[in-house]
Amino acid sequence: MTRLSSFRPALLALALTAAAGVAQAHNAWLLPASTVLSKPDWVSVDAAISNSLFVADHAAMRLDKLVVTAPDGRAVKPENLTQLKKRSVFDLNLEQAGTYRISVVNQGLFASWKDAAGQTKRARGSADTLAKDIPADAKELQVTESLGRNESFITVGKPSALKPHGSGLELSFVNPADATDHVQGERTTFVVLLDGQPAPGIDVDITRGNTQWRDKLGERTFKTDAKGQVTIDWPEAGMYWLDAKTSDDKTSLPQAKQRRLSYSATLEVLP
Amino acid sequence: MQFRFAHLSERGLPVPPNARLPRLASLLPLALGAGLATPVLAGGLDLSLELPRLNVSEYHRPYVAAWIEKADNTVVSTLTVWYQTRETAEGHGTKWLKDMRQWWRRTGRELTLPIDGVSMATKPVGKHQLSFSEGSKALPNLAAGSYKLVVEAAREVGGREVVSVPFDWPPKQATTLGAAGKEELGDIRLTLKP
Repeated sequence: MTRLSSFRPALLALALTAAAGVAQAHNAWLLPASTVLSKPDWVSVDAAISNSLFVADHAAMRLDKLVVTAPDGRAVKPENLTQLKKRSVFDLNLEQAGTYRISVVNQGLFASWKDAAGQTKRARGSADTLAKDIPADAKELQVTESLGRNESFITVGKPSALKPHGSGLELSFVNPADATDHVQGERTTFVVLLDGQPAPGIDVDITRGNTQWRDKLGERTFKTDAKGQVTIDWPEAGMYWLDAKTSDDKTSLPQAKQRRLSYSATLEVLP
Repeated sequence: MQFRFAHLSERGLPVPPNARLPRLASLLPLALGAGLATPVLAGGLDLSLELPRLNVSEYHRPYVAAWIEKADNTVVSTLTVWYQTRETAEGHGTKWLKDMRQWWRRTGRELTLPIDGVSMATKPVGKHQLSFSEGSKALPNLAAGSYKLVVEAAREVGGREVVSVPFDWPPKQATTLGAAGKEELGDIRLTLKP
């Protein structure tokens, strides 16, 4: 893909920090085997960073930042969590009725500078660790902050409401059912939130999975309206990847001029 | 001969395949005639629902739901739900209720199964007759207006089909309406009784 050509070393390091693919080189995705269940059951979930959507052809997603939230707000412990070469997998034992949220959040700062000898140095971490790592005499200092979130949703029985995270870019739902209730030929209205507030003017890209079996990606871009709402139509059944990005200057470290925000969600559309 | 096979199939026993079609064809007028001849005491619906014989290597009895919707797709009531009610190695059949996707989304996920007098075991290939009196649990009293009978069938390792029959209530006289499925459902007949 042409996206590879824009893969500079600095960005590569950044992409490794933020699995959400800040460099837009690859798609990071969580893929539940099913998103609608009529009784409590186990569901296996795949997680990878790939070129083709939902095909594990590049790298496994690191899952140390995985959080699965049950309908009652408690954390669900993933079982059989394994990082393979190109794909990570885990099982979820979904015992309660309602909507579960699977989230992988990547948050961090990336800095590059030249030391007294003119050598390029790089560091990544939190605001605290970077403050220690960056010397006072650093020249040409560049600091970027990133906050990316990959999500998917599973509903057992009747859907239940999800509480917004309140930080970074995220999807929220007009009705609780809108997290998993997507049907071919119908539409779903989502609200995009930025730090918990409706975010107007955000581009939301929608791509149907299994891109390797068609000539065109078929990516469609929608924009959130003044209320932060975006209405997506579902022309075909399948697994879809929703992807949104933006940036602002609300950084946690004064040296960081820009905060890059990304969000992606895997959504199943049934026929 | 014909009734002997009917007896087998009602008990869920295998029926010689060649005996099937002639039997159904000969029973159809009889069943319809019987329905019309019944003295009408209260309003209601008769539903005749056919599960076709399918030439597939792995056959499981379909899960079937029949319900009544208003014009805005809100569900008035689930008339009947057929699913695997007995315990197997894979567990109880509620796992696959979601495969009747439209019913599940419209109302199934709001309900707790089993439902007395509404949910029952899956049924074999053949025509099945159901009768509902207005004011019963499965068929509450209907306000005058336009409705839709919807029948959905989903088969494990198989397909899914939804067939609907629009109707107006109350009927001025006994009326039979019909629709036909293409794959998972056969002849669907709805008789409205004033």
